[in-house]
This record gives sequence, structure tokens and C-alpha cells, in this order.
Amino acid sequence: MTAAIRERLVGAPLPQGLEPFAGVTAHAPHLATRESKYGRKLCKSLEDAIRASGLKNGMTISFHHAFREGDKTINHVVDTLAAMGFRDLTLAPSSLLSCNAPLIEHIRSGVIRRIYTSGMRGKLAEAISNGLMEEPINVHSHGGRVHLIDSGELTLDVAFLAVATADEFGNANAISGRSRCGSLGYAMVDAARARKVVLLTEELVPFPNTPASIRQDQVDLVVKVDQIGDPSKISVGAARITSNPRELLIARLAADVMEHAGWFEDGFSLQTGTGGSATATARFIEHRMVKKGIKAAFALGGITGSIVDLHKKGLIGRILDTQSFDAVAARSLAENPEHWEISTNTYANPTSKGACSDRVDMVILSALEIDLGFNVNVITGSDGVMRGASGGHSDVAAGANLPIVVGPLIRSRIPTVVERCTTVVTPGETIGVLVTDHGIAVNPNRPEVADRLKAAGLPVTTIEDLYARAIALTGKPQPIEFLDKVVGIIRYRDGSVIDVVRQVK
Amino acid sequence: MKIVREALAGTLESSDLMVRIAPRDGELAIVLQSEVVHQFGAQIEAVARDCLARLGITEALVVIEDKGALDCVVAARVQTAVSRAVDEWTADWSALS
Amino acid sequence: MKLRRSMLFLPGANAAMLSTAYVFKPDTIMFDLEDAVSLREKDAARILVFHALQMPVYRDIETAVRINPLSTPFGLKDLEAVVRAGVDVVRLPKTDTADDVKALETEVERIERDCGREVGSTKLMAAIESASGVVNAVAIATASKRLVGIALAGFDYVMDMQTERGDGAELFYARCAVLHAARFAKIDAFDVVFSDVNDDEGFLKEVDLIRRLGFNGKSLINPRQIDLLHNAFAPTQEEVDYSRRVVAAAEQGERQGLGVVSLNGKMIDAPVIEHARVVLRRADASGVRQ
Repeated sequence: MTAAIRERLVGAPLPQGLEPFAGVTAHAPHLATRESKYGRKLCKSLEDAIRASGLKNGMTISFHHAFREGDKTINHVVDTLAAMGFRDLTLAPSSLLSCNAPLIEHIRSGVIRRIYTSGMRGKLAEAISNGLMEEPINVHSHGGRVHLIDSGELTLDVAFLAVATADEFGNANAISGRSRCGSLGYAMVDAARARKVVLLTEELVPFPNTPASIRQDQVDLVVKVDQIGDPSKISVGAARITSNPRELLIARLAADVMEHAGWFEDGFSLQTGTGGSATATARFIEHRMVKKGIKAAFALGGITGSIVDLHKKGLIGRILDTQSFDAVAARSLAENPEHWEISTNTYANPTSKGACSDRVDMVILSALEIDLGFNVNVITGSDGVMRGASGGHSDVAAGANLPIVVGPLIRSRIPTVVERCTTVVTPGETIGVLVTDHGIAVNPNRPEVADRLKAAGLPVTTIEDLYARAIALTGKPQPIEFLDKVVGIIRYRDGSVIDVVRQVK
Repeated sequence: MKIVREALAGTLESSDLMVRIAPRDGELAIVLQSEVVHQFGAQIEAVARDCLARLGITEALVVIEDKGALDCVVAARVQTAVSRAVDEWTADWSALS
Repeated sequence: MKLRRSMLFLPGANAAMLSTAYVFKPDTIMFDLEDAVSLREKDAARILVFHALQMPVYRDIETAVRINPLSTPFGLKDLEAVVRAGVDVVRLPKTDTADDVKALETEVERIERDCGREVGSTKLMAAIESASGVVNAVAIATASKRLVGIALAGFDYVMDMQTERGDGAELFYARCAVLHAARFAKIDAFDVVFSDVNDDEGFLKEVDLIRRLGFNGKSLINPRQIDLLHNAFAPTQEEVDYSRRVVAAAEQGERQGLGVVSLNGKMIDAPVIEHARVVLRRADASGVRQ
């Protein structure tokens, strides 16, 4: 049949570069059989998928971390790659957590050579802080990661993306099935940008799987695995609900600041993040909204049950969710039509064509340290060891109208307000207000905010005063000693280097 | 005063410390473990030595496991350990403040 | 006049609580050496509280210590420590008679002289926890010039009365007796602890009751209850507005040398003016009720 059609071209010289028709399956060989038409992406095993992906030594592999401490995918894939003999890989997950401690062995043995991540915790972070890797790791923000990919610095060769359900064509989400982590905001970025996209799905479902957070036209390979992650562990660690009276006190003060700083009007927008005080702030803001008779247009970011609660009560119009921080948020994404999943490109990439972080009025942010210039450290402990994540901190701080940092003035004997941050992640000029259990400090570059808070009778003081109080309680800490070797490069969201982390002595 | 028996004071909860004191001949040895040893180790040891000196303790083995306690808590726990490790303790409050 | 709405109890052996509790800003912080401390930690708690009392952060806040009864081996030792450490108020538990207060006062005065503290600067509070204490409430409340208040403690009292905590009926007589004794002696009266920290509704109901009875405040065991209590004790906007007008009229009357002051054609006499001042002081401290 093809030959008959080809005859039509006899005597018709083709313009250079065009090829003659060679049959329906010439460039779509999978259409040759029913089996290959439907099942060409399906792999029998992870090893098969890896082989089919064309992964080679020295390439870059990527992952999402939506399961946080419950992730079962990153370790499993890297274990498999190690067993298959891969070496010198660049690991580029959206972030790493304590559960990723088994990677230490794969770094030692040379399977992993470089790392890009938003953060690290636990034993892995300690080992890297102590000089485990030859090359320093790159620490980026959530938005900054997308920028690094788009700028060409970070090329994702193969993305291994864990999803709760997928059909054999690769339509996938994480709001159905057994292991629902909710939003696939990070994975959406990799699905759209990686050279090869491998889905690891816990359940194969009939075509078409909807909603398709990751679409069939982005996916190369699909493999069914036993378990992608444990959603019950998503809210372990950073994202927790508090009954701690000191955190509640800070949350109430933060809600006071939100109420009086100048943006508490009908149609305002907010992001509350995670961490004890941040989560509790959402609860304290509720009755203030009711009392004033106002509603928020939208809430952004990492979404928790307390934001969902306000949405269900009609106090928040829409939820824009790039990461679901608990089971309530994940279920809401499935059930509530105005709870929307957004990619981290849409969330916070400074060079995307539109980042939601630029449209937020007020955001609650955390801090391990904040210094007299309001610069914030969310990466290193004051002992110099990495134990946190850049996350969306610098992204939303840069975009929001009023970034509010919350935290206790001291944690056991560690002052949160310091003379100079051990590491700068977010530049102080973008921070508006600091709320501690000892009072509130407003950045001197926001005098109008300070005036409004003072007029409302809030305990406003200076950051120098808060620092003095902290030191009076704890004593002045001795400076940490570092070696010369750089173990981490802190990238600002635009890709520039804002600080480096040196090996601890 | 003389340390005549082993004694414990404090807890391993956050913002507290555990002090173990035991008899030792001829020297005052302090072993310090702390979550904040890099920033505050020297200060914690100085507070402990000051407390011991003011109670006249010149011979002892003192093992401190610190969980980020403030100075006044360090002092309280060291003094409590001493009070439990000596014979016939009577509090001289001016030596304790 | 010192405002005492909230007295936050802290277990005396808990280093973390003692290191941070000032941030909650109750009217009075009560370090507990009695029931919250086990027998084998009495010595440790005493030394810890001795140091906590001297922390600069507690200078801006009234400190109190509940010592062990003087009849125990711990009571006098507790007293020696806390008076020397500069405590503002010593709370005596299980006060059954005026003599209990007098015995305490004698010891306090001796320690003040011993350590060079101004004699009379240590204030006292007596907790009434038995039928005997309730019956002797007037004698107790008037037993010492150092007394700033008497407090009802519910747990031991209901045991002594052979009953148990319920809807408040079981405490009605004791509350009224303690309150009358305090008002007669012109000192403060404090109500019992509300122990279910997760039952905000029940707590607020009890607070509303004791506020209307006339208590100055209440003992608290969780910092979360402080704001609830202060808000409940805050006057309403109408009360504040009216009190402002009363005080303004009174001041104007004073300037004009008038003996009798009127507002909107009605005479306002001294008790009304005094009450208005109390309301405004409460508003200064607690704001307006939300």
C-alpha cells in the first residue's frame, strides 16, 4: 500500500530535506501492533525502565520530594542504579530529608558525584557538612530550581517521578489510589523538562486517568512498583500541628501582625507555610476574618489542613497548592473544586512568565537564624551543620507584600536572633517583620508597617533590642570554627550565589 | 566539702542537663557533653567550676550532659548534685547565688 | 494597685518551663514546690527555683512560690531559699488557721533580718484547702499585714468535704466565704484551678461565674488559659465608654470645685466614680473584651 502511494511522487522532485512518505508506522512503530500501541511505555521492572531510559554514567537524575519523610522512591531508585553499576551521577531531587540517609553509601562509592537540592536533614546533611562530597552541593529554592533548569545549568536527563496512580499511557496523579501525597507541583516541572520521564506508579489504572497532573504526552516510560511512599509520614518533621504554648503565643502575635499591618482587606491573599507557629497562625486568623467580615481571595504554597479548614468555611476562595503537607490537604485537592494544583514554575520561579509568589500579600516564614540586617538562615544550624531547606523562603519573601518571619527568640540555649547569620539564604531587605515570643521587630525599610503595628498596640521593638534580650539569656555564643573547604553553595532564586557553607571543624 | 558518694541531678529534657558527680582523689575533672558545645561549651564549664569552687569542692569527677540549659539551670543542677554527694549538707544560700 | 487576674503555676522542677514562662506574661508567676514536685526532687526544685527567681527576665513580673507546708521537712527550707532569692509573694498551702499564717510571718521576718532584706517586703498569700480553713477564713485573711490575698484550692477542699468537683455547687459556700473574708480584709481573692486545659468552653463558663461573684483572679496551669482569662476579665466597649464619661465628668466637677457631679442629668456619686476607675484600669490591663 505504501508502495502504491509512493508511486504518486514519481517524477515530483521533493524540496531538499523533505522525505517521502514511508508508511504509517515508519515514525510511529508502536502503531504496528495492538500490544505495542497500548503498552509501549510499560516496563516490567525498574531495571528495564532504567535501561530503556538511556541513562548513562555522569548523567543527571531527578525526583520530587512530595512524600517528605515518607519517601520510598529516591532511595529505591538509587539503590537500583548502584546495583546496576551506574557511577558519577548528578542527583537533582526537589529536596532531600532525613529518610535519605542511605544515600551516604552511594556518595562514598561514587554512584552519586554531585547534588542539587533545596535542603537536607539528618545524617546525610551531617555527613555532607563534614566533607563527605568532593564537590559542594548546590542548595536552591523551589522557584530557583526551575530557573536553574530553564537556564540550562541543570539538565534533567532522566526524571524518576513517583505517582499514586497512572494509566499505561502515563496520565498520572497523586490524589487517587492508596499512596496519595496530593499535589505533584514539583514533579510537574520535571515532567515538562526532563529528557526522559519515567513514572513509578503504585497502581496502574485504566486509561484515561484523570485528572492528569502529569500528562501522557510528557511521559516516556511507566513502571509499576510496590510502594512509592508512606503518606502518613508527610507531616512528620517540619510540618506539624502544635499544642506548644510558646508556639501558640507566637502564632497569635503573627495573626495580630497580619490583622494590623495594612493588607487585611477583603480579597487579600496569604501563605502560612508549615512549622508549628506558621500552621497555628491560620487558626488564629480565622476569627479576625469573621469579625471584620472579610475573605481571602487565595492561599498559596505548601498547604496544610488548617488552610483547607478556612477554605471549607468559605474564608479562603481558592487554594493554589504546590505541595500538600498533610493528608487533609491531599484529600481536599481531590475533593474541592477550588483547590488547585500548581507547578513550582507557576508557584515561584523568578524567571517564569508568571509566578504566584508575586501576588501574595502576606506570608509567614520560619527561620533558624535572623540577623541584625534581617537576613535569614534556614539551612545551617548555629553549629554550622546543614539541617534545613531553602524551600520557597527566598521566593515568597521576594514576591510578597509583607513577609513575616516567626520563631522563638531562643531555642533551648540557641538564640534565633543573631548578630550575623551563619548562612544567608534570604536577603534581609525582603523581610518585613520578625515576630518572636519576646516581641515584634519591623525592618527599618518598612516604617509605615511599624507605625501601623504600634498604633494597634502591638509590642513593637527593634531587632537590636531582641538580640540584646537573647544574649542576656543565653550568653554570647562563641563563633563556630570552619575549615576552608566549601561543602555547599547557596544559590539565590535567580541562580546567583548568595553564600557558601564551609565544612565544620 | 568532700564528695563522698556518687550522685545525680537534673534530667535529659531540652533546656536541662544531667550532672553526675563522683569521688575522685587529687583532681577536679569535668567531662562535658553538650548540644551547644561549640557555642557555649567554655561558658558551661566556667559556670560549673565556679559553683564547685564556691562550695569548696576541689576533688571530684563531674560528668555533664547538657541539653541547652541556661547558666542558672547549669548552676542549680551542679549544686544539687553536690548537695546529694556530700555528708551533712546545709544550704548556704549566699554561696549558691 | 497590683492587678492579679492570672496566677500561672509552673512545676518547680521543670527547667524548660522555668526558663521560658515569663513570655506568657501572667499577672503573677507561681513556682510550685509543693504538689507539682515529687518527694525525691524537692531539693532540686528548691535550688532551681532559687536561681529562676533571680533571672533578670522575672524582674518585670510578680513572682510567687508555693512552698511546702511548714509542718513538712521541706517547708522551712523552701522559705529560706525563696525569701533570700527575692520572691515577691510566698504562698502557704493548706492554711487551716490564723496561727498558720502567723507562724509563717515569724519565720519570714527572721529570714529577712538574716539576709538583709527589707523587713516586710516579702508578701504572703494563704491558700484555703479545708473546711477548717473556710470556717476560719476571716481570721486567716486578717492574720498578717503581709497578706495580699487568699485563695481557694478546690481539690483538697472537696475531699475534706467528702464530695467531688461538679458543676460548682460543691464550691459555692467556700467561694462566698473566701470572697467575703478577702473583701472584709481588703485583700485579693483567687479562685481554684480549672484542670481540663482542652475544655475552653468549660473554663470560660467558670471564669464568668467567679468574675461575677467578685474574685480578682484565678490560678492557672496552662499558659493558653491566660489570654482567655484576661479577655474574660476585660470590660466591654460599652462599659469602657460609659466609665470614660463618668471619669471625665468627675474630673470636670473636681476642677470646678463641685461637690456633686452629674452625667446626663443623673447624679454620680463616689462609688460610681470609683467603679468607673476600676473599669478603666481593667481596660488598660486587659483591653476591651473581644
